[in-house]
Amino acid sequence: MSAVENAGQKGNVAVLDLAESDLRTVNSALQANNSSKASGYFQVVNSRGAHAVACGLDAPLDVEILGHAGYFCAGMNKSARVVVKGNVGTGVAENMMSGEVIVRGDASQSAGATAHGGLLVIEGNASARCGISLKGGEIVVKGNVGHMSMFMAQSGALAVLGDAGDALGDSLYEARIYVRGKVSGLGADCIEKEMRDEHRTQLRDLLDRAGCDDVDVSEFKRYGSARELYNFKADNISVY
Amino acid sequence: MCGIVGLYAKSPAVEAQLGNYLSTMLIEMTDRGPDSAGVALYRDSPDDQGIKFCLRASDPEFDWAGLINAAGNAIGKSAMIERRGSHAVVALEGEPETVEQWLGEHFPGVQMVSAGHRIEIFKEMGLPVQVIDEFNLREVSGSHALGHTRMATESAVTTDGSHPFSTGLDLCLVHNGSLSNHNRLRQRLRKQGISFRTENDTEVAAGYLTWQLSQGATLKEALTSALKDLDGFYTFAVGTKQGFAVLRDPIACKPAVLAETDDFVAFASEYRAFAGLPGIESAKVWEPEPEVVYHWGAA
Repeated sequence: MSAVENAGQKGNVAVLDLAESDLRTVNSALQANNSSKASGYFQVVNSRGAHAVACGLDAPLDVEILGHAGYFCAGMNKSARVVVKGNVGTGVAENMMSGEVIVRGDASQSAGATAHGGLLVIEGNASARCGISLKGGEIVVKGNVGHMSMFMAQSGALAVLGDAGDALGDSLYEARIYVRGKVSGLGADCIEKEMRDEHRTQLRDLLDRAGCDDVDVSEFKRYGSARELYNFKADNISVY
Repeated sequence: MCGIVGLYAKSPAVEAQLGNYLSTMLIEMTDRGPDSAGVALYRDSPDDQGIKFCLRASDPEFDWAGLINAAGNAIGKSAMIERRGSHAVVALEGEPETVEQWLGEHFPGVQMVSAGHRIEIFKEMGLPVQVIDEFNLREVSGSHALGHTRMATESAVTTDGSHPFSTGLDLCLVHNGSLSNHNRLRQRLRKQGISFRTENDTEVAAGYLTWQLSQGATLKEALTSALKDLDGFYTFAVGTKQGFAVLRDPIACKPAVLAETDDFVAFASEYRAFAGLPGIESAKVWEPEPEVVYHWGAA
């Protein structure tokens, strides 16, 4: 029996039960909507910390995961809106292209790694290396982020409503970081920068989309690249 | 990779099911390491018989009664507490060093796996489910337990190289990660009188903690010093007579998650190990911070 046949219809919600179907069957049922304009509302139940739940979606679906999920949840997401009512393991929404991933609990390491687009919202805390190598995606963390967040991030933005751990923005390229709380330390080539109107506008828009319309952008500081590390400097030619 | 789990009971109901719950947790971590598996259990023996030794004989036909008799004559009072698979839990009236030396001379096919008032370690090559079945660990009750399933990197796949490692009374360590300065540290610790049975990196970390504790450090102090003296990747879970502790390296290279309810504290490499625990839906679940020593009980 396929997971779709198996899916209990709950109103117009298709329920996919990981206690009854294996992961590949559940993901295939979700991915069956890919490459179409199909919309749909799915609930994944009994996730029990399973890895790679709701990966590789490519349609404007609404997917709710009721429980904790493991590694790489909603990885490579495109167009879909995935809500996790629990915590997620390493690499949530890694390499997301578009769409939205919302985590009601905490996220483990490397949340939003290499995301090219889309919005990732973590309502709890995210641990180390949040937004590592970000390539254009946007991340809002309502709690704190761990050390080495935005390591080598190239473009996109991270807003943190709480505090940031050590070595924030190490080896940063052209991504923007906004932190409301305290920062334990900045990584190599990451510096505090002036908040200008364009940044306040960007942050306002980002927070509004993350459901933080009551948060005042003037409470944030902006961090970015000093651009000393990644450009070749003619002054250093004698070293080579 | 390696998968590690721990469970500390805060209620009699969880104490009674300790082996059962821990077994489910460890089996869930099977695909983090298929080479060998082991469990350290902390429980009181039926009557207080002093130090109990967990011994392993690779020969399935080994004459345990003969060993008990010989030990009775050579060392002092000795008694079989119970047999489990290739291991036997034996009460012996003697210091661990004396017992191990005597075993080496008279029963070279028998290894000492653990020694202490409450600790029992069972470990073998194979998948967690095989190891748990061999030792019938689901039926065992106790106050706390640690488990490990190994993907070998730093030393050979042998039972001796399996976790948990114990180098001191009632102390054990499970480890996900690898240490890079274990050879030099092993030399230093040998000069301090700590003995090692293998070339394994984790055994050096266990020996390091034993040495620190012997110098009067608390477990928390010993683990804090470990942050300075151990170089490498690690999430450690440490068991002591009455408690357990968790420590991650400064860059949190290896995963770890903790859960706590009124009935238990649970530790694992990944959340899915917790999924079968009672009341986990409403547990406090969090990821331990790097460089922070977490401990429960009289650790």
